[in-house]
Amino acid sequence: MALDTETVSKIAHLARLGVDEAEFDTYVRNLSDILAFVEQLNAVDTSGVPPLAHPLDEKQRLREDRVTETDQRDKFQKIAPRTEAGLYLVPKVIE
Amino acid sequence: MEWEAVIGLEIHAQLATRSKIFSGASTAYGAEPNTQACAVDLGLPGVLPVLNAEAVRMAARFGLATHSTVARRSVFARKNYFYPDLPKGYQISQFELPIVHDGYLDIDLPDGGTKRIGITRAHLEEDAGKSLHEDFHGETGIDLNRAGTPLLEIVSEPDLRSAQEAVAYMKKIHALVRYLEICDGNMQEGSFRCDANISVRPKGQEAFGTRSEIKNINSFRFVERAINYEIERQIDILEAGGEIVQETRLYDSDKNETRPMRSKEEANDYRYFPDPDLLPLVLEDAFVEEVRTTLPELPDAKRDRFMSDYGLSRYDASVLTATREMATYFEATVEASGGEGKLSANWVMGELSGLLNKEGLDIVESPVSPEQLGGMLKRIQDGTISGKIAKQVFEAIWAGEGDADTVIEKKGLKQITDPAAIEKIIREVLEANPKQVEQYRAGQEKLLGFFVGQVMKATQGKANPGEVNKLLGKLLQG
Repeated sequence: MALDTETVSKIAHLARLGVDEAEFDTYVRNLSDILAFVEQLNAVDTSGVPPLAHPLDEKQRLREDRVTETDQRDKFQKIAPRTEAGLYLVPKVIE
Repeated sequence: MEWEAVIGLEIHAQLATRSKIFSGASTAYGAEPNTQACAVDLGLPGVLPVLNAEAVRMAARFGLATHSTVARRSVFARKNYFYPDLPKGYQISQFELPIVHDGYLDIDLPDGGTKRIGITRAHLEEDAGKSLHEDFHGETGIDLNRAGTPLLEIVSEPDLRSAQEAVAYMKKIHALVRYLEICDGNMQEGSFRCDANISVRPKGQEAFGTRSEIKNINSFRFVERAINYEIERQIDILEAGGEIVQETRLYDSDKNETRPMRSKEEANDYRYFPDPDLLPLVLEDAFVEEVRTTLPELPDAKRDRFMSDYGLSRYDASVLTATREMATYFEATVEASGGEGKLSANWVMGELSGLLNKEGLDIVESPVSPEQLGGMLKRIQDGTISGKIAKQVFEAIWAGEGDADTVIEKKGLKQITDPAAIEKIIREVLEANPKQVEQYRAGQEKLLGFFVGQVMKATQGKANPGEVNKLLGKLLQG
């Protein structure tokens, strides 16, 4: 399956990646090649095989419901670009 | 044309765990911003989520209480989208294999019937943080204390046909999660909120119409209003020959209207995939059975038991089991009254609920304890006071003047039951009103009420009404 420019542009947007107009052809080609490579798997007959929900055949270990974390806000906020009144500040977003 | 609404609800219930679903940070409400947001909640590089056992147990409780399948194997998935209150760029949720699926709940309809509402699924996921858009010089402030709080998202089948049914269903789920002690149900604090999917179709048509989704409605009243508004809006469009656009809308409670959310540039495209940080969640049969043994008596079972044990009507039993607190109060009252089921029901639903409503109090804040109320009902039952005097006693208990016996004693409210004493008072009344006695004896029997009133007045309402009626009849015969 070959991707078109529009699809690649959409994928880039969903991932919030800035892609130069000039690079589009390269991405279209590379991503299409990857899909074509993976598509070989379709040759295998998987009827009767339950879909794999997770690649690891292990089960989740659980933790006890206990508060183990202490307040480290000051440390975390030292590396934040902007904070005020204990809040992280970001460019205005509103629905 | 006659239209039919088709409604499905997605209810988000915050689970009442102490710590978050994937981290050891506290979930307590109301802390200073970001003081309960740890490295995992912030999505810092190199952290690993570890699932909270209690969140799993709570989800299983809900599943068992709704006749659902509790999946022996479920999988966490990443739901990808960008929003600043979601620091990782994805929400950990469950997609293809949720922990709970295929259950149901029966709701009561206004006509006295019941209706079974399917529960498609209930899955575990993490809550996002909060965005504050005011007062930050054109910027948005982010508080991530809520990020990572466990949520159970409960998705109904599109089985609801009116706003009333939707509210009845939501109330029932609300009562259930509180009975199960898995969610505090506090709607003001956002612990229990709902999205509604709504479409309309010509009555009799099989296929669904195009739906809209109303986000984040946080009160029963708003759910009803928002749905009614949205149904009207859609019908108006269709009747004018227009088409419904599939979109997400917000309900504005001030204007009582829904309006489209400023549409995201792209339609939702969450690109779910299994979260490689989390292994499949496997539950053993023994675990599920163990959870089953810890379930409390559930609202429907309690309602049925109240009907059979106390001879209550279905309506009364439903009201008294609407919340666990109400049911507990009622049963404690019955016990303190020496087993007076119906009398207790009348007082809890009547005088008590009336005063609580008037004062804006919850039943757990009632100034009258079940022991005090039950103690007073005992005094009605053994004839110490009449039902009418009891209201006076009740108000005195409410005002903190002590329990029933103290109030009755202090205020001298004990009922007069001694026939000789009552007869004496009746004779005095008859002597003072010779004209009425004459008229009564001449055939104006409706004057009986006048004499009863006079006797009650003379005794400040304390004469036993049965005894008064009996003796009056006899003495008036002359």
